[in-house]
Amino acid sequence: MRKSQRGIFSNIDWITVIFYLLLVGMGWINIYASVYNEEHQLITDLSQKYGKQMIWIVTSILLATVILIIDGNFYAAIAWPLWIIVLISLVAVLFFGTEISGSKSWFKIGEFSVQPAEFAKFATAMVLAKYLSQLGIKMTDTKTKIISTIIIITPIILILLENETGVALVFISFILVLYREGLSGNFLLFGMLMLVLFMLALLVDKLILLIVLFSLSVILFLFMRKSRQNIFLLIGMIVVCSSVIYGVDYAYNHLQPHQRKRIDVFLGKEADIKKAGYNVNQSLIAIGSGGIYGKGFLNGTQTKYDFVPEQSTDFIFCTVGEEWGFVGTATVILVFILLFLRILFLAERQRSQFSRIYAYGVVSILFFHLMINIGMTIGLAPVIGIPLPFFSYGGSSLWSFTILLFILVKLDAYRLDILR
Amino acid sequence: MNALTGRRYVIAGIFIAVGIIYLLRLFYIQVINDTYKLSAENNVLRYVTEYPARGLVYDRYGELLVYNEVAYDLMVTPRQVKELDTADFCRTVGITKEQFIKKYKQARAYSPYKESVFEKQLSKETYAALQEKLYKFQGFFVQSRTLRKYPQEIAAHTLGYVGEVSEAIIKKNPYYKMGDYIGISGIEKSYEKELRGRKGLKIMMVDVFNRPKGRFKDGIYDTLAISGLNLVSSLSAKLQKYGELLLQNKTGSIVAIEPSSGEILACVSSPSYNPNLLVGRERTKNYGKLFVDNRLPLFNRALMAYYPPGSTFKLINGLIGEQEQVTSRETRYPCARGYPVMGGKPKCHPHPSPMDLPGAVSTSCNSYFCYVFRSIIDNKKKYPSVVDGYNAWREYVLSFGIGKKIHTDLPQELPGNVPTQQYYDKYFGVNGWKSSTIVSLSIGQGELGVTPLQMANIMCSIANRGFYYTPHIIKGIGESKQPHPEYKIKHQTKIDARYFDPIIDGMQGAVDHGTSTAAKLKDIVICGKTGTAQNPHGKDHSVFVAFAPRDNPKIAIAVMVENGGWGASWAVPIGGLMIEKYLRDSISKPEMEKRMLEGVVLSTENKSKKETDKK
Ligand SMILES: [Zn+2]
Repeated sequence: MRKSQRGIFSNIDWITVIFYLLLVGMGWINIYASVYNEEHQLITDLSQKYGKQMIWIVTSILLATVILIIDGNFYAAIAWPLWIIVLISLVAVLFFGTEISGSKSWFKIGEFSVQPAEFAKFATAMVLAKYLSQLGIKMTDTKTKIISTIIIITPIILILLENETGVALVFISFILVLYREGLSGNFLLFGMLMLVLFMLALLVDKLILLIVLFSLSVILFLFMRKSRQNIFLLIGMIVVCSSVIYGVDYAYNHLQPHQRKRIDVFLGKEADIKKAGYNVNQSLIAIGSGGIYGKGFLNGTQTKYDFVPEQSTDFIFCTVGEEWGFVGTATVILVFILLFLRILFLAERQRSQFSRIYAYGVVSILFFHLMINIGMTIGLAPVIGIPLPFFSYGGSSLWSFTILLFILVKLDAYRLDILR
Repeated sequence: MNALTGRRYVIAGIFIAVGIIYLLRLFYIQVINDTYKLSAENNVLRYVTEYPARGLVYDRYGELLVYNEVAYDLMVTPRQVKELDTADFCRTVGITKEQFIKKYKQARAYSPYKESVFEKQLSKETYAALQEKLYKFQGFFVQSRTLRKYPQEIAAHTLGYVGEVSEAIIKKNPYYKMGDYIGISGIEKSYEKELRGRKGLKIMMVDVFNRPKGRFKDGIYDTLAISGLNLVSSLSAKLQKYGELLLQNKTGSIVAIEPSSGEILACVSSPSYNPNLLVGRERTKNYGKLFVDNRLPLFNRALMAYYPPGSTFKLINGLIGEQEQVTSRETRYPCARGYPVMGGKPKCHPHPSPMDLPGAVSTSCNSYFCYVFRSIIDNKKKYPSVVDGYNAWREYVLSFGIGKKIHTDLPQELPGNVPTQQYYDKYFGVNGWKSSTIVSLSIGQGELGVTPLQMANIMCSIANRGFYYTPHIIKGIGESKQPHPEYKIKHQTKIDARYFDPIIDGMQGAVDHGTSTAAKLKDIVICGKTGTAQNPHGKDHSVFVAFAPRDNPKIAIAVMVENGGWGASWAVPIGGLMIEKYLRDSISKPEMEKRMLEGVVLSTENKSKKETDKK
């Protein structure tokens, strides 16, 4: 009796599950509102996005249940094979996939499309956890750094080849995991420096940037202690910075026109509202027009497909902002942040290193999505097409986030058994 | 390891920091900042396309030919439609309930969220009545549009008309949206880009009662509509109208051009129609009527109808003969009421013989030009074969702007036809033809096809003694008051200036005492040539080409009256009246004018009805 109860539901962290259900539910309500029209009111109408999303939600819950039933040891065991399978499908989709709006990253199965890149997120999180949890692995070792980098970079490259820049960027978030496992805080700082440099490289002419860089180096050289190590460090920095500047410049010039436009608009280089800036502007109008309490469910006028494109996927937050106001947006952000903190709490109570590291992977991925997705709707992040976890319309993303989270829930529930 | 557990606080700190930043930002845009906020009253943004005023068209003297009149379209955004008193609505708009349901369904099917036209071009009364009640009809609003008006009611083919863009055009050109207007024929089509201007976009705030509440963010996101450019046509409205009157109840065409510039002064195609018929709501219905009319009023004969040039083509043959040094002013050829070489065919009318070149032009001797044609083609010293001779002759002919498009600025222009060597090779077999086989070309018959525009252009080349400017209908675009640059390029014919005098003497003679005396005017020297274009389907077509005055010519003209018979009967008097009207703005022969205006020449195409009022 006790045993069977324990099988699935005992020891489960219900707080996490409740946050999950809350987010999925709120997401569905907003998808419904964003595509609502009088002709299709039935919530299970399969021709409509909310009807399809209903299917995705039901299947996701089934999927979660299955994940909870499976033995806790299973996940650590399949980490590598799973990762390999995902990598293979990432390659396969390049050849056999269907192209949807410029990205060849989808397998089309009847009415529904599946995007392998979504599944690369949790597979990579698991492999990284598996690798770093091995005995004798120290983050400070160069070998560890290199192998960790390879694990992260491989899917990035494949996903970039599919033209899914947004999804590829998500993997940058793993730097938080590495940091927690002992990577020097300097790398985190270095990462931020690179981000700043990246922005500057896009905004300022590269020649000017290089001149500034060299003059700074010269000044630094004049005033610093001239030890051999410092000089090497300085030269290394110069080389890295210059190559980033050139790399960004090159990449920018080889971007698809629509991607370049998005970057231009984000950087304020272009302000044509009817073109690329249109999305952000419309999204700001929609969110701004919500006020404190919002216009009420289904009363949004801006978040109709005329005004905010992609409003059920990448711009779903607009509907929240318009129909539920600041109360709604604050609630969503609060629930997300609480979920993240809860995951951090879960992570730190794990006895198994694998579980802890995986938990950090999960929270990093979720956090990155939240930061970019909401950031772009409120004009604080570039318009990169990535979904809001649990919220946005789309089966692949909901499935992959569900798997991502519920493996953690399972690992957490299983934690007490590990040392037995 | 313990040292690292502290790092969770750094990470948690990052999460919380981002969360706080985002909350502050949201608080700013949703609560503090009014820029993005629309009050509950102004809770709908309406994207209103601002339609620019289409450019106006004036004639060469500043007379208005085309202008715009405001019309009102009733628009609907189905999503915003709330309960309304349908009966009241239908009464106000003037439609039945069934029509209402049908139109509403159409609009819904197009898009529930995007606005679409519910009822086009409301009358002023309907508009006024509706305006007062509009607050009761949420989701409906009125958008003003402009309609083209043609105050002079002339030059329908030339001015053309505008209509709604087709799906095909929308697909090809993203500028156009459903319901936009575009020039479909005439100037409206060929100068569409200049005339249309650029659409603007206005973002309006509208309250729940559908009342405009001003511009969103003071209009900083609006784009202004830019009006189309005004055009100055080279047409003389007065001359055009006169030409249309002269050709009423006749089928045919008149093209008049200013030789020194290539500016088209009049471009008449009869039967015509009132251009205002193809405007607005009635356009489709009227177009259908005109389309099925078997007199083909929509067909622009001036640019599209092929006629054999008839005797007018003798001018070109004479010039080529001179240039080729096989004919000169003094050259005389016999005539035996026909071309003696081929047993009196083609036939000729009685006249003194032999004649010199000017005399042959004045009397329009067929025999003479058969000799000329033969000596050009069969010039064995210069051209070893007939084919070489023919090709050389053809190049001369083409240099007058016939047998190919001359690229005037009106759409639908056709190239005409000057048969190629290949054509004859195919028809008679290689080496199966010689100059006598194709001798009908010497008098402008046979396979030759020339449009009235091209005939008038030939006159320009002769008036200018060897060159022409591509005929064009727009002499000034916008502020520049200049035509497109290609219309300022001189096109040289392959005939030297010195060879024109004998021909022009002959043309002057034709009007003074020859075949075209009906066009003769006191104090103005007119140089002209009649023609009779053989018509296998019925009575021959009457042709007259001319320019005047002889020195420093101001007008070159081609007149074609289908089934008008012998050139002198209709085409010559009409040509003379046109020239006098243009040069003097008065008519010295009122009886002739009356006869021409009242004359009816029925088309004998496919029927053998007797002509009335035959002279
Ligand atoms: Zn004769």
